[in-house]
Amino acid sequence: MSTLEIRDLHVSVETPEGAKQILRGVDLSVSSGQTHAIMGPNGSGKSTLAYSIAGHPKYEVTSGEVLLDGEDVLAMTVDERARAGLFLAMQYPVEVAGVTVSNFLRTAKTAIDGKAPALRQWVGDVRTAMENLRMDPVFAERNVNEGFSGGEKKRHEILQMELLSPKFAVLDETDSGLDVDALRVVSEGVNRVKSTTDVGVLLITHYTRILNYITPDFVHVFVDGRVAEQGGPELAERLEAEGYDRYLVGSN
Amino acid sequence: MSTTTTETTDNTGLSTDHSRAVADGAHTHGQGTVPEKSRGDRATSFALADFPLPTGREEDWRFSPVGRFQGLFGGVLTGVAPQVEITGDPAVTIERVGHDDPRLGAAGAPGDRLAATAWESFAEALVITVPSNHVMTGETLVTITGTDTPPAAQHILIVAESLSEGVVVLDHRGSAELAQTVEIQVEDGASLRVVSVQDWDAGAVHASSHRAVIGRDATLRHVVITLGGDVVRITPEAAFTAPGGEVEMNGLYFADAGQHQEHRLFVDHAVPNCRSRVTYKGALQGDGAHSVWIGDVLIRKEAEGTDTYELNRNLVLTDGARADSVPNLEIETGEIEGAGHASATGRFDDEQLFYLRSRGIPEAAARRLVVRGFFAEMISKIGVQSVQDRLLAAIDAELDIVMGQLIGTDDLDEADVIAAVESGVVK
Ligand SMILES: Nc1ncnc2c1ncn2[C@@H]1O[C@H](COP(=O)(O)OP(=O)(O)O)[C@@H](O)[C@H]1O
Ligand SMILES: [Mg+2]
Repeated sequence: MSTLEIRDLHVSVETPEGAKQILRGVDLSVSSGQTHAIMGPNGSGKSTLAYSIAGHPKYEVTSGEVLLDGEDVLAMTVDERARAGLFLAMQYPVEVAGVTVSNFLRTAKTAIDGKAPALRQWVGDVRTAMENLRMDPVFAERNVNEGFSGGEKKRHEILQMELLSPKFAVLDETDSGLDVDALRVVSEGVNRVKSTTDVGVLLITHYTRILNYITPDFVHVFVDGRVAEQGGPELAERLEAEGYDRYLVGSN
Repeated sequence: MSTTTTETTDNTGLSTDHSRAVADGAHTHGQGTVPEKSRGDRATSFALADFPLPTGREEDWRFSPVGRFQGLFGGVLTGVAPQVEITGDPAVTIERVGHDDPRLGAAGAPGDRLAATAWESFAEALVITVPSNHVMTGETLVTITGTDTPPAAQHILIVAESLSEGVVVLDHRGSAELAQTVEIQVEDGASLRVVSVQDWDAGAVHASSHRAVIGRDATLRHVVITLGGDVVRITPEAAFTAPGGEVEMNGLYFADAGQHQEHRLFVDHAVPNCRSRVTYKGALQGDGAHSVWIGDVLIRKEAEGTDTYELNRNLVLTDGARADSVPNLEIETGEIEGAGHASATGRFDDEQLFYLRSRGIPEAAARRLVVRGFFAEMISKIGVQSVQDRLLAAIDAELDIVMGQLIGTDDLDEADVIAAVESGVVK
């Protein structure tokens, strides 16, 4: 049983006009096995939260804490965070020329586990995970994200989540840009990891439709760099009906 | 990724020159000289006296540190040429011949001062011949070892006789100040691969003129790999003598602090229906690391049906390194298959690094993946396994220079991750 705690997190980015504050005191606590949906309008700071947890150098934490089982995540390097059990499925996965998916996955697995996986078992695991995500086996020999469609990139992110089995996974708009079939395949992938491991999930989304496939335990409405309201799954239904307007009135 | 890219595809009778397309600081194009009207107008001669001492302002010297070539500029060179050792297919004939051998010089006259110096200075030439119709097993490996003797010249002629197939590797090691000529003749229907590896020790100064002629339906695959030495300037030139020829010129370089690595290519399309592909890729790191790539392609009036593409990409890993890149395509006929070029110089991509590290891969291993990935396609084109393996090891050693201090910061078994990176490279 693990917990990921975010306490009063303030984050800014450097812009040509000076530092710009984006997160304004985020409080959030996720335990193993739980799924928290974070829903908010574009520009509310959802990706900033995701990147800050992962340690992207562009985002500067000005105050607050992120703790994984009491350990100071903010003091860890990007790769240390991943090895500590954090995973980020990115909204815009990055191309890496000349590095094949299979090489990338094996290298990541080796890094996360601290030792090379047993080859037979590993090859089988990769094949099964790819089949489950309806990924053509040829993807293994393609370069990471190079020429992948939007949907293929998202499947590839969830493939990594399955194979690396993190303690906590932050999924940043994994649903955006997916058609209904792809959305189902990707959601099934997330649900598989949820059912076979004790992963805690931070499901970031703009729309409610992915919540028809992945049931959240908690819903947090994210507006203007902080959590504006939280509740159970019923809150998502209300957002579905009313949109974000209610929260935007009066915020700047 | 902060990348400077120029990309053009032409099928008009226009010349494109990017010598004034200045972008970020890592990618500049030199200044202050008047370019020649056409690359085809450049004077060539076998006589050293026809080439005045370069000052650094000439079109073909403007990117070079002329001061560092002083040892080779003095006139005729009298030092002892680097040692040569040859192994490989016994059916390939090896001869040592005098300056007056009629086969020498057939691939064209020198195009610059150092090429003329090399021509006037050599005492004995090495001639390597793949006999007509012979298909080589393995490669002929020519190991050239410098032993720090006074400035010297060397002449090598490689002939692939008609319908033969072969591979010749020139492997430069040790240290030398060397003005060299490599003549390459690919006769009708022959297919030849020449790989020149510059893996010199520190201190070496190497100027080499590669002059190739390619016959009817013949193919030359020319590979240049420059890693070591202080100053290396290679000028590969390829000319087609009959229709149906094909040349692929690939290069790969890795410049460290203080190293100057210059590759000036010239592909001369003077006959119809020939094809050329030029691809050079380089990485640079450290203060004063400097690479120069010049890609001149001339499609003359007679060269209808030409198909050409040239590309140079540079990856600047640290501050203080500089890559100059000038593709120059001149087209004198409208009747071509295709012609294009691209040049891009980019800095190390932090987003790539973040992506890999967010999967637990330590920084040193992540950088290794990115740089190996950058070179991967080029390495697979070398076509000689032993050279490919050595190159990968050399790239890793280069990366260790700057990465050394980053390794071992936590309890992770870095060796395992590195091994994983390694097991996935180009097969
Ligand atoms: N690197 C950056 N430079 C300037 N502004 C940024 C940068 N990154 C994010 N922002 C701004 O921060 C705000 C939140 O962005 P983001 O976290 O991407 O929101 P979301 O993911 O909720 O759409 C937006 O107004 C965005 O323009
Ligand atoms: Mg976002």
